Amino acid sequence: MEHFRAHVLICAGTGCISSGSKKVEAAFRNQLEKTGLDKEVKIVETGCHGFCEMGPMVIIYPEGVFYIRVHETDVVDIVEEHLYKGRIVERLLFKEQGTLDAIPNYKDIDFYKKQMRIVLANCGHLDPEEINEYIAVGGYEALGKVLTTMKPEEVIEEIKKSGLRGRGGGGFPTGMKWGFTRNATSDKKYVICNADEGDPGAFMDRSVLEGDPHRVIEGMAICGYAIGADEGYFYVRAEYPLAIKRLQIAIAQAKEIGLIGDNIFGTGFNFHLKIKEGAGAFVCGEETALLASIEGKRGTPRNRPPFPAISGLWGKPTNINNVETFANVPSIITKGAKWYSAIGTEGSKGTKVFALTGRINHTGLAEVPMGITMGEIIYDIGGGIQGGKKFKAVQIGGPSGGCLPESLLDMSIDYDSLLKVGAMMGSGGLVVMDETTCMVDISKFFIHFTQSESCGKCTPCREGTKRMLEILIRITEGEGKDGDIELLETLAKNIKLTSLCGLGQTAPNPVLSTLHYFRDEYEAHIKEKRCPAGVCTGLTRYNITKECKGCSLCIKECPVEAISGEKKGLHKIDPLKCIRCGACLPKCPFKAIRKG
Amino acid sequence: MKTIEDLKRLREQVQSQTRLRHEHSKQIIVGMGTCGIAAGAREVMSAILDEISKRKLEDISIHQTGCIGMCEKEVIIDVILPGEPRITYGGVTTAHIPKIILEHVINGCIVKELVVGKITE
Repeated sequence: MEHFRAHVLICAGTGCISSGSKKVEAAFRNQLEKTGLDKEVKIVETGCHGFCEMGPMVIIYPEGVFYIRVHETDVVDIVEEHLYKGRIVERLLFKEQGTLDAIPNYKDIDFYKKQMRIVLANCGHLDPEEINEYIAVGGYEALGKVLTTMKPEEVIEEIKKSGLRGRGGGGFPTGMKWGFTRNATSDKKYVICNADEGDPGAFMDRSVLEGDPHRVIEGMAICGYAIGADEGYFYVRAEYPLAIKRLQIAIAQAKEIGLIGDNIFGTGFNFHLKIKEGAGAFVCGEETALLASIEGKRGTPRNRPPFPAISGLWGKPTNINNVETFANVPSIITKGAKWYSAIGTEGSKGTKVFALTGRINHTGLAEVPMGITMGEIIYDIGGGIQGGKKFKAVQIGGPSGGCLPESLLDMSIDYDSLLKVGAMMGSGGLVVMDETTCMVDISKFFIHFTQSESCGKCTPCREGTKRMLEILIRITEGEGKDGDIELLETLAKNIKLTSLCGLGQTAPNPVLSTLHYFRDEYEAHIKEKRCPAGVCTGLTRYNITKECKGCSLCIKECPVEAISGEKKGLHKIDPLKCIRCGACLPKCPFKAIRKG
Repeated sequence: MKTIEDLKRLREQVQSQTRLRHEHSKQIIVGMGTCGIAAGAREVMSAILDEISKRKLEDISIHQTGCIGMCEKEVIIDVILPGEPRITYGGVTTAHIPKIILEHVINGCIVKELVVGKITE
């Protein structure tokens, strides 16, 4: 066997692939071959490192040097300087904002320093298409431990004691859920992994499946043993082709060496896995709709009870958990419930992965202990707001969650505190908004999302969200009337109370939370016909102030000839002709055009 | 795979694949300045890698560094063992490598005739 003195880890998550990591990899292979280093330097494709803003990322071991935004043209320098001569290429290192100090090792970067990685421990450090790399770090030993030394009841007890709660959004205690399915009597039971991640801005499940698929497979097999199931399904949306491909490879590899299949470890325990690709309907993340979809029926929810733990897939007892929930399981088994329950808060144990998106400097994935504050995530890990703008709100929990204002930045993030302030953990998407975001526009966006994703089975959700959307569109177009806010509140209350499934029951949350924290913005839209953030074009007015020198640059720029005026005289915008495109604004050298 | 012992055996076998990404106790550093390369540092590097793979050594990492100013003594390599001073060898050729690895890296006895410096940290 050859001895590799260096490993080049290239991120091959969806984020980095779209920023060009495949080309970087090809350039590395080519360059290493040219310099004759290909026998001593190994290239490893890994999953996502989470720091997607800085992709494509390359880490070089044994030094652990972290290169960011590597372009294929940078590869020559890395190979000739770093790999050949041992000189770090400083210009490709990460620098913290406002400093000039380049940081060679990723462990010293604030983005990683404040994180605590359990679910993402291997993401970015292992080749997800190579089962041996997972085994080398202790993979499948938790499965071995439960099969050879624990009774199913003991496994469930351990998960209960760990305090693990469902990471898909609801936060139901996982051990209790497993217990229900265990206690149901049937000749056949199923385990399902819900990977139908659909919240706008959330991509943690995709990254885990792409970066460390074996961890999820192991978690599912442990669950299968605990509840007495011999078959499992991954329900993955077809929009995640890379996650599906890596899962297929992982399942095949695990099967080949006997970690999945019949008589695992000679204990008589059988476990088989299948993948069901979903068409990407948001409602199929709801467990009864998901079951219908696997059975080949239309993906619509049904009334509960009976819960899937009693009557699930094909009418058999079924346990459904989210990707991240399963990914926690092997670590709990290996390190113990006591270790796990020491992390987090009283009611929320362990860590949570958040997807940071929106107007934040460090877009990416961060895994943090429960109980951290929103401020720490946004400023210490996320690097603050883009362009030094002012923070306005953060949307947590996707279309089912709520918008939290600045005053709640110091609040502890856990399941119960979030519910108290009108939001929810959801799957952990965080959309950060700055002062240029209109809160009415945001709630319109989310209602538009849930309205188009509503399956149409129950009236409150189908008709109610439609009416709410109509009102919100009217308000943002300057046609809001007195009583609109109250009507929105009544509709929201009724939709929440009477909808069939979680989609409808939580759909009005973004409207309710923005109404609660940003009511003045709704009132400005309705009463003053003004959009304080200057987003809603229907309410925006452009004016020319006295600073105008009459240079006529704006007249030339205006596509609809709405601006008039003599040369060297004060210009004027005709509000009836103006289409509020804003094209004139950046053209004025005297900053005489005002938006408001 | 039939038993949990099989898994443990496989883990031991494959651990070397990822070991490089964790901490190591032993280090060999090769001078790769222009002077070092001209004096044959690349060939020395290949010889080191050959020797390591031949002897299936683990827990060792190979680094490169620049010129330290003693260009006439190139090829220069350093060996660092845990808790011991950093030993610098000069005038190293590929022929010296098996000896340095066997006597110093494996058995802990410094190859005195090639030493040009010692740094205690």
